[in-house]
Amino acid sequence: MNVLVCVKRVPDTGARFELTADAQAIDTRNMEFTISPHEECAVEEAIRLIEKHGGSSTVLTLGPEAAAEQLREALAKGIERAVLLETDGSEWDPQATAQAIVEAVRASRFDVLLFGNECADGCNYQVGIRVAQALDIPCVAGIKALEIQDGKAIAKREVLGGWEVYELPLPAVFTVKEGINSPRHPSLRGIMTAKKKEIERIKLSKPQAQLVKQRLKKPAERSGQVEILGQGKEAVPVIVAKLKELGVI
Amino acid sequence: MILGIIEHDRGKIAEASLEMLTLARGLSQQIGAAVHAVLIGREIQALAASLKAYGVTRAHLVQDERFRDFAPEAWTKSLVQLIGSVRPQVVTAAGTDRGNELLARVAASLGVGMAANCTEVRPGASFGVTRLRWGGSLLEEAELLNEPKLFTVAPHAVAAQSSPAREFVTEEFRPSLEEKDFRVRVVRRIESEKTGVSLPEAKVVVGGGRGVGSAEGFRILEELAQLLGGAVGGTRVATNNGWRPHADQIGQTGTQIAPDLYIACGISGAIQHMVGLKGTKRILAINKDPEAPIFSRADYGVIGDLHEIVPALIEEITKVKAR
Repeated sequence: MNVLVCVKRVPDTGARFELTADAQAIDTRNMEFTISPHEECAVEEAIRLIEKHGGSSTVLTLGPEAAAEQLREALAKGIERAVLLETDGSEWDPQATAQAIVEAVRASRFDVLLFGNECADGCNYQVGIRVAQALDIPCVAGIKALEIQDGKAIAKREVLGGWEVYELPLPAVFTVKEGINSPRHPSLRGIMTAKKKEIERIKLSKPQAQLVKQRLKKPAERSGQVEILGQGKEAVPVIVAKLKELGVI
Repeated sequence: MILGIIEHDRGKIAEASLEMLTLARGLSQQIGAAVHAVLIGREIQALAASLKAYGVTRAHLVQDERFRDFAPEAWTKSLVQLIGSVRPQVVTAAGTDRGNELLARVAASLGVGMAANCTEVRPGASFGVTRLRWGGSLLEEAELLNEPKLFTVAPHAVAAQSSPAREFVTEEFRPSLEEKDFRVRVVRRIESEKTGVSLPEAKVVVGGGRGVGSAEGFRILEELAQLLGGAVGGTRVATNNGWRPHADQIGQTGTQIAPDLYIACGISGAIQHMVGLKGTKRILAINKDPEAPIFSRADYGVIGDLHEIVPALIEEITKVKAR
């Protein structure tokens, strides 16, 4: 079985972040980068599929030269091959991103193509779906369980009050959600091996976007000051009075 | 004309779809266009009629004997055929998992852009949108270039408001579908065991973070939630550590909640968690660190150890309720 997993390099933001002066991006000086959370689970799922069924795995990203760091992270965990669709680092809209991925993978024979349900920064909810549609292969979005049996896939999606179960033929695209598995940490040996691995690079120039970013801005914070009800156990009667006032009890 | 895709499940229209219609109605007044709705599935006639109250003048009922549960490709193809037939200027849906998925599929089929989770749209010489990024901790102003304009409306961005349409008609639309269009479909549903009120619907939610410390530590949170008729959730730290099942995660990669009161216990207030609270009316934070960012975002704060405060609170509420 051949598995492809697509990931995105995103800044690892904490409780606060600031924008750059031109309001085009988050100020990432002093920030670490990581693989977007849903995609970390997609990488883990790819590794587990190969461990179980055999075959080869490939990780792909579209991003700047520096995104090689995230590819090596996936290699260190056990992915075999890495492909970098190298850009100048500016943001691509989901349509352009999907098209570049389609062109890069069209000639390859992947049985399972894994994406995150949405990336942490862009939140466009589209790239995996657009890739599937362009390749004319089936896709299930937002899955939290995946099994391959006799060349077909059984995927589960969590919905309010239960689960939807899908059965579909391969090849297929799946966009996964965090919770499908617990991603492993790379081993020291994995990290050493990954350092030496060759990353395949394809340089791309940016096409015209259809969703054109103008600027980013911070949303209005919740207004008003926090009302401190007290400290420690002594605050309990005040909390209860407040809960009554709010009609909770 | 603006075409709104209506999400419904077992005879009930999703609140997020009514919010979407409310935003669509505002847009329709600006551009002088009618609001139409489209519903897919079985037994949708009565549901469609309820949309008149939200300003819908025409509901398109997409019907095929093979429609049972969700079949994304068949639904997409039906929508694309309907769009080809009624030619809307704008196609919109709720920014739910299903709404975002369906509209992304439609966008891919039409070869146009799509803006997910918009809080505002600005028609004019160029079509501007404001949309949620980083799960809502950042906003992006962007322009949608090609036609028709496709966007989803972020849940809780606008409150659903009724405003009856003067006229209302329903029209049946029979798409032309092949067996192949049903290659992806829900083959069965598994119902979860009912264990109290669900997180997205709860009026009170008790949330726990790193400060809770263990799965065992969540017991008192459960007890408190039960007393208040609420549900329990956790931060990504709590679910990644296995203290709570993943389905209980509140935040960017988990559930969005909208309770009247959120009681945050041992939660620092990382943005990835706070964006899950967009629809929350009031936040009460219990944290032993007075510098925790949660206190700058909460309405009420208690400084101290949740392991002392929560049991004392349970005891007091039990007493009050017994009176």
